[in-house]
Amino acid sequence: MQTIGVVGMEGAMGSFELFAIDFLQALMAGLMVGGTYALMCVGLGMIFGVMRVVNFAQGDFLMLGMYGAFYVATTLGVLALLGPYAGPVVAGLLAGPIVFVIAWLLHRFLIGRVTGVAALGAEGEGHYAQIILTLGIALVLQNGGLILFGSLPLSIPTPMSRESWEIWEILVNQARTVRFAVAILVAALLYLFLSRTRLGKSMRAAADNPQAALYMGIDVDRCHRTAFALGCAITGIAGGLIASSQSFQPYIGFDFVITMYAGVVLGGLGSILGAFWGGMTIGLVQQMSTLVLPFQLQNTAIFVVFLLIVFLRPHGMFGRSVERT
Amino acid sequence: MRQSRSLARDLAAIGAIAAAFMVVLLLTESGYYRLILTLVVIWATLGLAWNMLSGYGGLISFGHAAFFGLGAYTVTLAMVKLDITPWIGIPLGALVGMAAGLLIGVPTFRLRGHYFGLAMLAYPLAMLYVFEWLGYQEIALPMKREHPAAWMQFSDQRVYTLLGLGLMVLAMLASLAIERTRFGMALQAIKQNEAAAEAAGIDTWRWKMPAIVLSAGFAAAAGGLYAVVLLTVTPQSVFGVLVSAQALIVCLFGGVGILWGPVIGAAVLVPLAEILNGELGHIIPGIQGVVYGLAIIIIILLAPEGLFWRLRDRFFPVRPQVPDAPAAAPQAAGRDAGRLAATRKPLLVLKGVSRSFGGLRAVDNVSLTVEEGTVHGIIGPNGAGKTTLFNIVNGFLAPNSGSISFDGKDIVGQKPSRICRAGMGRTFQIVRAFPRMTVLQNVTSGALVATRHDSEAEALALWAIDLVGLGRAEAGQTASGLTMRQLRLLELARALASRPKLLLLDEILAGLGHAELEEVIEAIRRIAASGITVLIIEHTMHAMVRLAERFSVLDHGALIADGPPAEVTRNPQVIEAYLGRKWVQRAADRVA
Repeated sequence: MQTIGVVGMEGAMGSFELFAIDFLQALMAGLMVGGTYALMCVGLGMIFGVMRVVNFAQGDFLMLGMYGAFYVATTLGVLALLGPYAGPVVAGLLAGPIVFVIAWLLHRFLIGRVTGVAALGAEGEGHYAQIILTLGIALVLQNGGLILFGSLPLSIPTPMSRESWEIWEILVNQARTVRFAVAILVAALLYLFLSRTRLGKSMRAAADNPQAALYMGIDVDRCHRTAFALGCAITGIAGGLIASSQSFQPYIGFDFVITMYAGVVLGGLGSILGAFWGGMTIGLVQQMSTLVLPFQLQNTAIFVVFLLIVFLRPHGMFGRSVERT
Repeated sequence: MRQSRSLARDLAAIGAIAAAFMVVLLLTESGYYRLILTLVVIWATLGLAWNMLSGYGGLISFGHAAFFGLGAYTVTLAMVKLDITPWIGIPLGALVGMAAGLLIGVPTFRLRGHYFGLAMLAYPLAMLYVFEWLGYQEIALPMKREHPAAWMQFSDQRVYTLLGLGLMVLAMLASLAIERTRFGMALQAIKQNEAAAEAAGIDTWRWKMPAIVLSAGFAAAAGGLYAVVLLTVTPQSVFGVLVSAQALIVCLFGGVGILWGPVIGAAVLVPLAEILNGELGHIIPGIQGVVYGLAIIIIILLAPEGLFWRLRDRFFPVRPQVPDAPAAAPQAAGRDAGRLAATRKPLLVLKGVSRSFGGLRAVDNVSLTVEEGTVHGIIGPNGAGKTTLFNIVNGFLAPNSGSISFDGKDIVGQKPSRICRAGMGRTFQIVRAFPRMTVLQNVTSGALVATRHDSEAEALALWAIDLVGLGRAEAGQTASGLTMRQLRLLELARALASRPKLLLLDEILAGLGHAELEEVIEAIRRIAASGITVLIIEHTMHAMVRLAERFSVLDHGALIADGPPAEVTRNPQVIEAYLGRKWVQRAADRVA
């Protein structure tokens, strides 16, 4: 995800102007990358917010979204049908329902057994079993992906990822811009779902206090299942959207799961809005750090900023701490 | 379970495990299987290290690769750059790991719950990229032709296995020492309810720090040995997510919070993974990971807390033993009873204490004095700031302004555990028992503050249990299965076991039926009669009138009345704010 460097501008311009352009270029790239990170984080943030489960397999649902989008685009012929511009976006969105179904089934048969109502009252609220279960699922998905899809790195072919618009002196990658817009749109739709629909509202109630929600007649397990499947699908869509400009293989999940958790914790565990801004921050920090740090330390910069923010605000940017004695 | 396991039996079991390992090692012919055995002990050591912090203390760490990797790189770089043998390098690595544990612990322990675990995730990954950037992508340990043994290089693979076995046994002995002392009990209390542990006088910081340092030391030593055995180190292989995951997996799979767990986990999973890799990996790449993942999933669905606990509960259910003999009253438990009636010196003095949350003044300029040897009641409607006041007094919250002196000393800004040790115990409105411990263990954890030796702590706990009126049969029950009455008495006993001068009781009668209420009231009376000063928050006015000699009334955070019950209940402001006219009417009717 290297940004396109600014070349061939020597001579007339001073070093300050050069830096200003570099800066704006990195800012723009950060925003664009941040948009997709934000969407991934929203998916993870929703799962954590509703279920309080640390899902280590989240990165692998992202991977499934990438492969889903790839096969929808190529094998199902969406790319040929809709052309190289609309095709990848539609394929990315269609990855959502595919991941939704897989995640729904996994929750129904595996994860639901150690989470939600089943875990109320277990030692440490059942966290130990949940962590190892999601690790196990991550292993199965990664290696199952290797068997099904092979280890060859793939990406959805689109000319967009190589084309840029030029605004003043700044180059704006077309694929990233379209992706950014779609990511924001999906996040906004999720927000509407949670705040307007009956199911969305009961999910928020179940997140707030599962026991009380249960007594109010809310089917907490159903809320969890929907939240899990929807959260995975949202992350899957984010994966589907970046599948056109990032090459991927079945083991890509772990790289992203860390970034996602950094974003979600940064925003404040349990807050979906926080997850959005946390993801955005991660994107910005990652791209902006290239201005002052060597490329290899991009991710170290993310973790340093992450630790700093968490230490300054132990509940993240949007997190709340409510503890009664 | 602590009481029921004898030390000799545990040591014998560790010896038996080591012996069994050596027998298997002798029977193993192929170098490949010997390598697998070495990996078993290395991963078991890492699992044991993880268990020390995350199993006993419940502070789940997703980043133990940080320590493992530092150990591995210390050994490697010491040998490559400084010509230092791994014999020194591994202890050096353990020291580096311990220092890292200290440096990481200081800031990270400010975080709670998932925030702690996920912040831990960041450390090894930040280090991973730093080591890559420094150019240490792949370093090989140089082969030494002369004196290979001095460089920890042996042609016989089995020597490495024995070295690893020695390290694992060391980690097991350290775990055993934790489990059998107050260290383990303190960690267990922290795991189950950190706030309650702190209020029971357990200085959580003082126990969490040694736990992470010890844990980091063993993880680093395991990493160092790993480097020596594999002869090459890459940032991915020692700092990667899979290393942290491996620590979790072997421990959670085998059984968390017990020294046998990680050993069982590693002994089952490591050979399984390796053999699958060797047998199936080349036929269909990836199938080994799928089978391994499925094995973990199936076992964890059948035994969510790990193999050990499942097997133990199935085949050797344990009944905790509680001694029958009545406990002797600790010396000078009560203050000098004769003195009480004569002079009443102030024990707790609040002057102008205020605390705001945002714009809300939860406690507003409260001044009050609790005299030694009295039962002092605080009443007020919901949201009047009663519990907040308690939280300020026992140190959970700092006041924005005002002074608090306890027993003549200023206590503002001190930690709850410190205040507890100065002689202030408390119970909670929402019961905070340690659910997985027995009643006796719960109460003993409260007695740790007042005693030096663990046997004294148990004796003191039994005394407290007797005093509140819990039976010996009840003392052996696990707290998660108790009734409300038993939980309230348990909290009372736990607070009592720290031998307090002052006891803060926060709505201890809430949720009790009539007969149970009487029992708890009797217990409080016995405690007061033994010379302990009691400050009690209560809604049940009728009970309060019978208990307290003095009332303070809070409304909207401010003190609106203070005095003997008869005076306070006639105060028109109090009637308006809290009691309501009906109550006065009824009281008047009763008099008439």
